[in-house]
Amino acid sequence: MEAVRRLRKHPLDGLLRPERLPHLWCPGCGLGIALGAILRAVKRRIEEGYLQREKTAFIGGIGCSARASLYVDFDSAHTVHGRAIPFATGLKAVRPDMKVIVIGGDGDIAGIGGNHLMHAARRNIDLLVIMMNNMVYAMTGGQLAPTTPTGLYTTTTPYGNPERPINVVKLVATMGANYVARAAVTHPPLIERYVYKALGKKGFAFIEVISTCPEVFGRHIGMRDAVDLLNALRERVVVKQRPHIDESYYEWEGGKFVLGEYVDKDDPSYLERIGVIKG
Amino acid sequence: MAGKKKLPLSGNTAIAYAVKAADVDVISAYPITPQTTIVEKLTEFVANGELDAEVIHVESEHSALSAAVGASAAGARVFTASSSQGIALMYEIMFIASSMRLPIVMAMATRALSAPINIWNDHSDFMAASDTGWVMMMAHTNQEAHDDIILAYKIAEHPDVLLPVITAIDGYFMSHTIEPVEPIEREEALKFIPKKVTWSVLDPDNPVTMGPLGTPEWYYEFKRQQHEAMKKAREVFDEATKEFEKVFGRRYEPVEYFMMDDAEYALVAMGSVAGNVKAYIVKEARKRGIKLGLIRVKLFRPFPAEEIMEVISNLKAVGVIDRALAFGSSYGGPLYGDILSAAYTRGVDTPIVNFVAGLGGRPVTFRDIKAMVDATLALDGKTRKDVPKEPYFIGVRE
Ligand SMILES: Cc1ncc(C[n+]2csc(CCOP(=O)(O)OP(=O)(O)O)c2C)c(N)n1
Ligand code: SF4
Repeated sequence: MEAVRRLRKHPLDGLLRPERLPHLWCPGCGLGIALGAILRAVKRRIEEGYLQREKTAFIGGIGCSARASLYVDFDSAHTVHGRAIPFATGLKAVRPDMKVIVIGGDGDIAGIGGNHLMHAARRNIDLLVIMMNNMVYAMTGGQLAPTTPTGLYTTTTPYGNPERPINVVKLVATMGANYVARAAVTHPPLIERYVYKALGKKGFAFIEVISTCPEVFGRHIGMRDAVDLLNALRERVVVKQRPHIDESYYEWEGGKFVLGEYVDKDDPSYLERIGVIKG
Repeated sequence: MAGKKKLPLSGNTAIAYAVKAADVDVISAYPITPQTTIVEKLTEFVANGELDAEVIHVESEHSALSAAVGASAAGARVFTASSSQGIALMYEIMFIASSMRLPIVMAMATRALSAPINIWNDHSDFMAASDTGWVMMMAHTNQEAHDDIILAYKIAEHPDVLLPVITAIDGYFMSHTIEPVEPIEREEALKFIPKKVTWSVLDPDNPVTMGPLGTPEWYYEFKRQQHEAMKKAREVFDEATKEFEKVFGRRYEPVEYFMMDDAEYALVAMGSVAGNVKAYIVKEARKRGIKLGLIRVKLFRPFPAEEIMEVISNLKAVGVIDRALAFGSSYGGPLYGDILSAAYTRGVDTPIVNFVAGLGGRPVTFRDIKAMVDATLALDGKTRKDVPKEPYFIGVRE
């Protein structure tokens, strides 16, 4: 019995809401890997006394990725598609003492909410935004997103995507965020490391996590099997120490995704500029 | 037209087939459940070369309708589709489309509005669009959903109308349910809705500015003209449905009457719930000797007040089923609001009661319909003054 009880314990128990489990993510989805890594970083920060649980909030928009905010046992809000960042901005303005973490999909954060992402980075407001990039609008069935690499098949591009994708880390870096990194679910320790680091930053911190969606992304490119898709992504990622933003390649076909910390600086944050916190 | 080939199509696919037959030039849309498969099917038609249209994969519904406005202003036949939060996000541009008098057609697979987030069916998105200057219809079968698209272009592009049109179906109950549909072929469709630019468009040789400042000296006149155009839309709806019947053999009225010939009581409804009511009338009410009928409102804007009142004035009591709520209003549900004001202005004294049911996908069961019928029958012999001032909230936990 004791063994079973021990087995039933999960290292992240206490940070998750068991009453919400099992989660809705499909078997083999990369989002669980990413959430696990994010929470391990959060847990370390809590254990160090740097972060307080009751002063941490998770905000999500709408999408498979955004559902993460439902599964964590923190103050959280499920807002509307694309508007998690403005919601978080309002929250942070009124409760500057809180750590506000936004988790959303690429469609949510860089598609329909892309304008807010740009302006939050420009403002350098003290938020951590984690964008899970599965390269499609997954929850609605795998349609073309602004992050879908050129040439790929999706439900709305049955003969391949003719458009060019946004390179989101480059966009956020250009807009002046204090911290910009790209990780992938093929390398969970990197996700954990970047989130841990970002939680200690002032100003706007942005982490792109390239994730795998076997169900609707994989299916359309002929990789319905979760392991095949994860391996296909692994073959395409390259990890670099402090890569230059010009090296932030984002290509699927015969290409590569460069992971690493692109920006790490300490420019005055929005809250410092308006005098809420002393720099 | 008998003997034509029927295909098993979902409501969404039936719409996509009609859009293909209408030979649209531009499709701009953003994915949202339960609309998404309309546009997915259309992108497949375009990719296969079956439809020569530009598909714009925009980054939000606000952009979807904005791109539709731009394309229509350039003289293209345009289509878009959405649901729920997508409609809410389009709200700003809906007024622009109707005020610029652009004949855009939008299909809506109706779905509840957030919060809390809910992907199931009700009419809160449809009703939120109701005063934006669009002609609005709601279908009841997949064949009707298909035909409505063709009718919509006929009405929208009529030179006396020039208004955008919404054709709605109920999310899931129709969007994802398969029925036999006789698709209209492009050739027949284009004879009925020839591609001709009947509206003012941007033209580099004769430059115009669309939508500039409308000062107090002029703004009001534009609004008055939109009101007139809506009235014309009603005339054109009648002409178009008559011609449609001649060509395609199917007849549509602004209001469908079911077992109303000898009815003493009626329920008024829109969309798929009308099907449940029909079944209840046949299987339960009539067997128990209750002379109940159904009035299904198909055309919602412009509202067919005359004919509904003509029928209602002869009844003992009427119940109106709303699948949305007008919070804080003096009536309750939005459909009831229209029915009540029509009754007042036409001097109809029949007691009319309101039921709010099926919000956020809550099923409307026979037991619910029985409760509505009982409450309607209870008004027999009563007057307007006896009608409850609050709607009955059917099937809700209090
Ligand atoms: C205004 C609005 N438009 C569309 C939708 C429908 N919708 C829900 S989730 C989603 C896309 C999700 O994609 P993404 O944000 O990339 O997250 P993922 O599901 O891929 O994790 C869409 C389009 C919505 N909820 N609200
Ligand atoms: S649809 Fe894709 S992203 Fe969404 S839960 Fe399933 S695998 Fe994950």
